[in-house]
Amino acid sequence: MYLEIPRKFGAIVHQAQQVARSVFRPISRKYDLAEHAYPQELDMFAAIMDGMNDGAADGGAGAGKLARSGGKPSEGNVNGTNMKTVLGLTELCWGDVGLALSIPRQGLGNSAIAAVANEAQLARLGNTWAAMAITEPGAGSDSAAIRTTATLDGDHYVINGEKIYVTAGERANAVVVWATLDRSKGRAAIKSFVVEKGTPGMAVVRLEKKLGIRASDTAAIRFDNCRVPKENLLGDPEISVDKGFAGAMQTFDNTRPVVAGMAIGLARAALEKTRELLAPVGLEPDYQLQTWQQPAVIRELQLLEAELEAARLLTLRAAWMADNGQPNSKEASMAKAKAGRVGNAITLRCVELCGSLGYGETELLEKWARDSKILDIFEGTQQIQLLIIARRLLGKSSSELK
Amino acid sequence: MTRDPIGLALSLMNRVAGQAWLDRLGLRPVVEKTAYQGTRAGFRTLALAGREFRRVNEWLPKQRLPAKAPADLFNLTLDEDQQMIVDSLHRFARDTLRPAAAAADEAATIPAGLFAAAAELGLTLYAVPEAFGGVAETASPVTSVLIAEQLAWGDMGLASALLAPFSVAQAITRWGSGEQQSRYLPAFCEESPPLATIAIDEPTPLFDPLKPATSATVTGSGYCLNGFKSGVVLGAESDLILVAAELHGRPRLFLVETAGADGIRVKPDPAMGLRAAKLARLEFKDLRLPADALLGGDDFDYQAMLDLGTLLRCGLAIGSAQAVLDYVIPYCNEREAFGEPISHRQSVAFMISDLAIETDSMRLLTWRAAARAETGQSFHREACLAHLLCSEKAVAAGSHGVQLLGGHGFVREHPVERWYRDLRSVATLYGGVHA
Repeated sequence: MYLEIPRKFGAIVHQAQQVARSVFRPISRKYDLAEHAYPQELDMFAAIMDGMNDGAADGGAGAGKLARSGGKPSEGNVNGTNMKTVLGLTELCWGDVGLALSIPRQGLGNSAIAAVANEAQLARLGNTWAAMAITEPGAGSDSAAIRTTATLDGDHYVINGEKIYVTAGERANAVVVWATLDRSKGRAAIKSFVVEKGTPGMAVVRLEKKLGIRASDTAAIRFDNCRVPKENLLGDPEISVDKGFAGAMQTFDNTRPVVAGMAIGLARAALEKTRELLAPVGLEPDYQLQTWQQPAVIRELQLLEAELEAARLLTLRAAWMADNGQPNSKEASMAKAKAGRVGNAITLRCVELCGSLGYGETELLEKWARDSKILDIFEGTQQIQLLIIARRLLGKSSSELK
Repeated sequence: MTRDPIGLALSLMNRVAGQAWLDRLGLRPVVEKTAYQGTRAGFRTLALAGREFRRVNEWLPKQRLPAKAPADLFNLTLDEDQQMIVDSLHRFARDTLRPAAAAADEAATIPAGLFAAAAELGLTLYAVPEAFGGVAETASPVTSVLIAEQLAWGDMGLASALLAPFSVAQAITRWGSGEQQSRYLPAFCEESPPLATIAIDEPTPLFDPLKPATSATVTGSGYCLNGFKSGVVLGAESDLILVAAELHGRPRLFLVETAGADGIRVKPDPAMGLRAAKLARLEFKDLRLPADALLGGDDFDYQAMLDLGTLLRCGLAIGSAQAVLDYVIPYCNEREAFGEPISHRQSVAFMISDLAIETDSMRLLTWRAAARAETGQSFHREACLAHLLCSEKAVAAGSHGVQLLGGHGFVREHPVERWYRDLRSVATLYGGVHA
């Protein structure tokens, strides 16, 4: 048993930290204020990231490289792509979550393609920048209730409906859209379709103004008789109770630890900044077993750090399980639930500890406290994670434990 | 809720028949129960006619267990030895500790065969180097944590009693001089090892283990010890007690043999929980100690000693929290209200999810600290973080456990009220443990 990050990932962590420090941080406030402006600084950086991945002997890292969990048990102990991606995103989000979400070709849609696409689709679509469109005005956490439809017409599917909260929906080159082939057949009929930018019938109707992650564009997209080639249906076109929806949901087993990692990077940034601001006042971190004799703020910092460390280790565990082909649905949700809530609590507490300095726009603490909220919502809210965990622990179906 | 027949029989008989059943079931207390009547009892002189540790003229050079090499990769898999220990201790916890726990708590006593059974499992052997008769080849805090987890899953009070001698052996192995190791360690590998404990806590609020009020002064022939200790596991039963005391302004540990001692008084210190561990108060009044009673030499590190103790304390917390989780799941699935299992309600189900999340949080933080200690890396920060998290979450786990059973959780028919009391100790006590 050993719970340290392997030395071989030192380089990627260092690289990501450099990007976060030198590329993201300097423009972090700029794009928080200039919501919906495209951060052009990222184009060059994306090319560097592509280069890193293509050259990597072990398959690289990033949204499009996440392994499929629950696959074949591997030989021996593996620290692979899932852990590496978590570590990379953690560092990038130490810099800025909104900008990390805007890195070309690192969209959630890329993870979906990686998880369910067949070989031909991977070859054709693997290098596109794909956003993910699941949520609808009337269907949020209950994604099985989506109303967007896909109807087969010759060699094409015709898509109709409205999607909201599509991260990078305007900037991405394609959108992975969840739609149902037959609303009467429930979740088994839900499939995902790759719709490339510029396809007639697809239109971005609005960009949201948000609490946080303002550097990231969040689009509302309408599909009006939008025709896509039938080869763009990801995975198996048959309506099967066994595979269909479960396959799509499997994407989350891999992406949830990554989002948990994002919360961890953000919260760590807030904790570090708070310590930095407290140091001149003579309050340095001090680890003790009897914490009640310490100043309240020092005890609080130790507790926040412990919570963060717990979230970090739960996240590494979930990624490690995926790397080793172990089913990790429960553990991925545990990581996401813990990291989401402690990330939010830590950033809000850090604002409080720093007073008006924390609350003002001179520092980034107030921004981080706004950014952190989304990490406890997207990729499954806190409450959805708790449901998933509880169903697994208690052996309950979604119709029993609703 | 089903309950295994032995446990049910024990708790029923206990209510009507008082002490008589102890003899019938062969659970005779180690020391007469009358010795443990509660705080009304005054201090009495502690001079057990117990074991004497013979000084040896030719001692071996001091042994230090080497650290393991750090691994190349993150890995949560237990190795073969660890898995074997976990499996056998889980059976022991399930078949021996859990059935005895309710009665042991009720009578504040330890089933007579228990230490013998633990000796059969070779518990203390894992703490002693081969040169002194044990089986330890490397330092193994991770294994110690796993052991504590499993035993505490059975019962934290009994686990604390079993782990106190184990901890003393660990401490002497890690810190003792060659002479001290030669004198004490072989005894821990015998068929019936000595009872031993570590006395750190003192009866004062906000007690800081770094600043014991108990003090040692230098005399012509050694040391003179004065002060009070509270919450001492097996305090009245131990043949050997490691006592934390200030010497020249710094905290140290002293090896105190109780056989024929003059200057130690003891009284029961029964508490909210851990009742089977027979907590006691000790008073040291001008207790004369020989010069070689000071544990360790230049390499003694009091903070590291506390940190290693913390790892085992956290292990106890994890095991007990896991016991709560494993108990409430079937209970909430079977218990019906409003026409369906209460586990179908989110307010119930989410508490169980939180219990699982925080139990694993405690576990991973503790494992990481232990793995760092085991591979010779700094682990003070990690041990402190684990201790604080376990302190907070252990008490919440105990509370969730009772709450989920409602009124049934509040009565002693179910073990959750005991776990609630036991789990409060995690943030409260520092003594009795060393990984």
